[in-house]
Amino acid sequence: MAAVVERPSPTARAARLMVDYPLIPLVGLLILLVAVLEVMQPGIVNERWLSNTLKFAIPLAMLAACQTLAMLTGGIDLSVGTVATIAAYVTATATPIIGAPGAIGIALTCALAVGLVNGIGVAFARVHPLIMTLGTGLIATGFLLVYQRSVISTGTEYPAFLVWLGTGRTLGLPNGLALFVPFAVLILWAQRRTGFGRLLYAIGSNEAAARLSGVRVWQVHLALYALSGVIAGLAGLLYLGMVKTASLSLALPLDLPSVAAAVIGGTSIFGGRGGYGGTILGALILTVLATMLTLLQMPEGGRRILYGAIVLAVTALYVRLTERS
Amino acid sequence: MKRLIEANGWTAGLAGLLVLLLVATKLIQPDFGVSGLDNLARSALPFALATVGMAVVVIAGGIDLSIAAMMAVASVTAAVLMDGASDGQAVFAVLGVLVLGLAMGALNGALIVLTRVPDIVVTLAMLFVWQGVALLILNAPGGGAAPWLRALIVGGVTLPGVPAALTEWLPRGFVFLAVVVAVIWGPIRRSKLALMFYALGSDAQAAYRSGVPVGRVRVAAYAVCGLFAALGGLSVTMATGIGEPIPGPYLLASVAAVVLGGVVLGGGRGGVLGPILAVIVLRLVRMDLTLLSVDPNAAAIVEGLIMVAVVMFGGVLAMRGARHGSGG
Amino acid sequence: MTSDPAPAAALLDARGIAKRYGAVVALRDASLQVAPGQIVALMGANGAGKSTFVKILTGALRPDAGHVRIRGQDSTVASPAGARRSGLVPVYQEPSLIPDLSVADNLRLGDTPVDRFRHWINELGLPDLRQDAMIRGLPLASLRILDLARALAVEPDVLLLDEMTAALPTDLVERVLAVVRAQADAGRSVIYISHRFTEIAAICDRATVLRDGLTVGDVAIEPGMEDKIVEMMLGSAVATVAGARRMERTAAQDIPRLRVQGLATGTRLTDVSLELRPGEVLGVVALEGQGQDELFDILAGNRRATAGTVEVDGRPMTFAHPADAIAAGLTLVPGDRAHALLMQRSVRENIALPLLAQFANWGAVPMRDERSRVGAAIERLQIDTRAQGEVRRLSGGNQQKVTIARWIAKGVETLLLFDPTRGIDIRTKRQIYALVRDLADQGAAVLFYTSELAEVRLACDRAVVIFGGRVVDVIDAADADEPTLMRAAYGLTEKAGLPERAEATP
Repeated sequence: MAAVVERPSPTARAARLMVDYPLIPLVGLLILLVAVLEVMQPGIVNERWLSNTLKFAIPLAMLAACQTLAMLTGGIDLSVGTVATIAAYVTATATPIIGAPGAIGIALTCALAVGLVNGIGVAFARVHPLIMTLGTGLIATGFLLVYQRSVISTGTEYPAFLVWLGTGRTLGLPNGLALFVPFAVLILWAQRRTGFGRLLYAIGSNEAAARLSGVRVWQVHLALYALSGVIAGLAGLLYLGMVKTASLSLALPLDLPSVAAAVIGGTSIFGGRGGYGGTILGALILTVLATMLTLLQMPEGGRRILYGAIVLAVTALYVRLTERS
Repeated sequence: MKRLIEANGWTAGLAGLLVLLLVATKLIQPDFGVSGLDNLARSALPFALATVGMAVVVIAGGIDLSIAAMMAVASVTAAVLMDGASDGQAVFAVLGVLVLGLAMGALNGALIVLTRVPDIVVTLAMLFVWQGVALLILNAPGGGAAPWLRALIVGGVTLPGVPAALTEWLPRGFVFLAVVVAVIWGPIRRSKLALMFYALGSDAQAAYRSGVPVGRVRVAAYAVCGLFAALGGLSVTMATGIGEPIPGPYLLASVAAVVLGGVVLGGGRGGVLGPILAVIVLRLVRMDLTLLSVDPNAAAIVEGLIMVAVVMFGGVLAMRGARHGSGG
Repeated sequence: MTSDPAPAAALLDARGIAKRYGAVVALRDASLQVAPGQIVALMGANGAGKSTFVKILTGALRPDAGHVRIRGQDSTVASPAGARRSGLVPVYQEPSLIPDLSVADNLRLGDTPVDRFRHWINELGLPDLRQDAMIRGLPLASLRILDLARALAVEPDVLLLDEMTAALPTDLVERVLAVVRAQADAGRSVIYISHRFTEIAAICDRATVLRDGLTVGDVAIEPGMEDKIVEMMLGSAVATVAGARRMERTAAQDIPRLRVQGLATGTRLTDVSLELRPGEVLGVVALEGQGQDELFDILAGNRRATAGTVEVDGRPMTFAHPADAIAAGLTLVPGDRAHALLMQRSVRENIALPLLAQFANWGAVPMRDERSRVGAAIERLQIDTRAQGEVRRLSGGNQQKVTIARWIAKGVETLLLFDPTRGIDIRTKRQIYALVRDLADQGAAVLFYTSELAEVRLACDRAVVIFGGRVVDVIDAADADEPTLMRAAYGLTEKAGLPERAEATP
């Protein structure tokens, strides 16, 4: 480009601002949605509603963290819903037998195992993450169903700690925040201020260049998907505490919305760009959206259409904005 | 010559595998015969059609995560239109559904081109949209299907003047599949349009510079996928006799079959025969496991393992090939 | 500053072209006229706006102002297909062929007349090209020729060649120049974008020079125009570059920093041996595809050798991964910036990348240490970071500096430079030579592959010439004039054919 830079117009500067600080339009959108919600049903926006919204957004936001990290490298993890479900189910069914700490330990170990398998496939066999995670999800589901047959008579028990995390409130805010806030802070810090985080961006931006700079890419992939598995497991545990049901499809409905949250939040599916801050906002936006759609009392079909249309509109707008720079 | 072998080696391998599996099936169940093949054909049909649609889009460098949802829309639309309709009206219903499929696919493609949002994201969003549409049309399984339409895929082939024993072993389902693919994909494959699909999938920028109208070609690829999705949904209704608004497991299965069939996810390489063979292989494996009285959940494990193992193996092979590859 | 008035019957007439991307102005008032039968060179330093100008001419972009007229008609060229219809056909630096299709399929795709294509392929020196050859398997030089043949086959009125000879071996270059000249003789026109004065002097009639988005000159090609053009491109009087570099070196140490013996791999690298001492800049000269890519790849840890040894500071080494090479002090600056840079990330992230690569560094980033290292590197290389944010917004020259800066930040022991000045403007080139010299004086060892023979004298102490995968000559910088290097590059030395190890190793 030429060296001369002339003074940009106000609209251009506003657009530039929005691109360099992508969280701003997202916050704006969120506020807008909440405002619309209030207009639709005056009085709905109160403490209780806020607490509930946060409560339901948290597991989504955690699963979306897996997607964000994976998408930074240009990958994706479509096994998170399954892993979360498995962790929840195993915990619920194993607690009566070996107690809560043991059950949670096993559940997280399973989650880690799935993540490692994903990591091995992506790191060594260079399988496309979309395929690999779909495949391991399928395999893991199979194992879950086989496991289910064998514990069908043992009954379920929900660890008290998880229930406290999932359903309790302290000072008007959901207890889940006790887990989520440190988690989010850790991820936000790690993505920019640790070598591992930077390498995620680097690999997503140009894997060949990263390799030439001495990065052993397989290490990063392996660590990434293993971490993703553990995070999904934690999300599943939290969700179990919230919903208090041992279901075989507990977190599956969150699979695709976790991707949507990351995308709305500005993380590029091609890698190299984005971050968890936007994703958290994306998860909030989707949760508020879901509330709005329930309020509209539309038939399920209409709600789905609106959900999809809005996700598309927001991402299209975001692409339009990032292009202008 | 080497390239010919390379290109078709994978497909030949799949065909060989299919034959082996058929033999194995016969061994497992000695009276597996005409009716068994018929069952296989009918259960594989919707998967195969979805796979062809997915293959076309992947070759052109894209992917369509909404394919199962589009199939659901087609299925319920067909069922609603044919419910209580005359045979003649049913023909129009079928045509209408096919046009609907083209339109849905074209809309997907157009949105991808116009919004410049990546295909995974657009089709993910459209997955919700099409799901919603299907539910609006029919919020529970229902509707009907014309008997003559259903007869198209049931039973063995009978030709006038030819003794039944000669042709009856061949399931109509397979014939239907072969005819549909040949009639629709055949002419396209020979035309410049297919060349443009491959070009787009191989290197979109070079395609643009070579004068390929990238936007329109992309829309065309998704439209073809939508058409096959509609055929797939139609075949579901033909098989069950009703419309089904909840999408079936066709997305994962079609992506897996496409990859197993030798089509590279990045695009530009592969064909439709490989994926079709792959999908039949997968269905046959499932059938064999059922015949062996294996727990259906364990069957899911096996299917997943096969898929992952083959893909990992393929990935390793590709890496090996790349390292020793072009010395140029 | 026009030396000659533009001819009245211009075939292509672009005037007053302006274009901005948001706040950045790429072109202010660019113009170009080409008459029938003329070959006009389009020149300008990187960042002058050349690539934007080319995109506007070929219809990939619309200008904010100005017009492009072809044969007097306002050409509302809006796409490559449209440009083709109006008679302007470009040949870009990156081949426009579909990798997974064969040559024949590519021709069919582009509606290229096959017999005319084959005629040009023969003229350009590739008569053995098979129609069913897969593009993916062909070398870059062949692809560029294919692109050119495709363009010529449609008989364009105006042919636009962007760095046509950049990746070509000398023999193909000669053919291309002959063919281009013939086009002009037949009444067609050519816009020739190049940094190579020798070629421009050989075939061009005029040169249009861009600087900072403006056309600053339209000069007739005559002896001595080089300095005038360089002056125009740089915007200030520039002294001609001095001749040979200084020859004094610190006394030769016993153990060379890098010693390669009998290295071989693949089909192109057969038997290369060389020694590199600390404080030395060793040039590598070779025609395209003589094994130099493989040599550098092996030294960088990106590829395995099938034979031969590599010793660093006297110790034999094998590298399984670039990280091993980096640990041994061997750092590579690749020839293609796209391979080296994280385009979407910031300058700082790019430069700091090697510091984070190892597992031990995955934890918290030492921000202050990083800031000082990165800052020092930026300053030393004088990187212009005015275009904030993503590295891809920088000019080519600055991008190249970033690829070098990352090793400065990490610490340079042995630097492997692969054609670092390809496609770079003169000002940045000089800075790179000075930096290389500086690094050598501080004790680093530098291996410098260049495709531009004139550079050897400017930057190196000695040069090894590789031909057919072997070292065929070793020449001191003082003797490294272009004819000598050229002959050696073609294998025309006394030593050629009998590569005795004792003589080949300096």
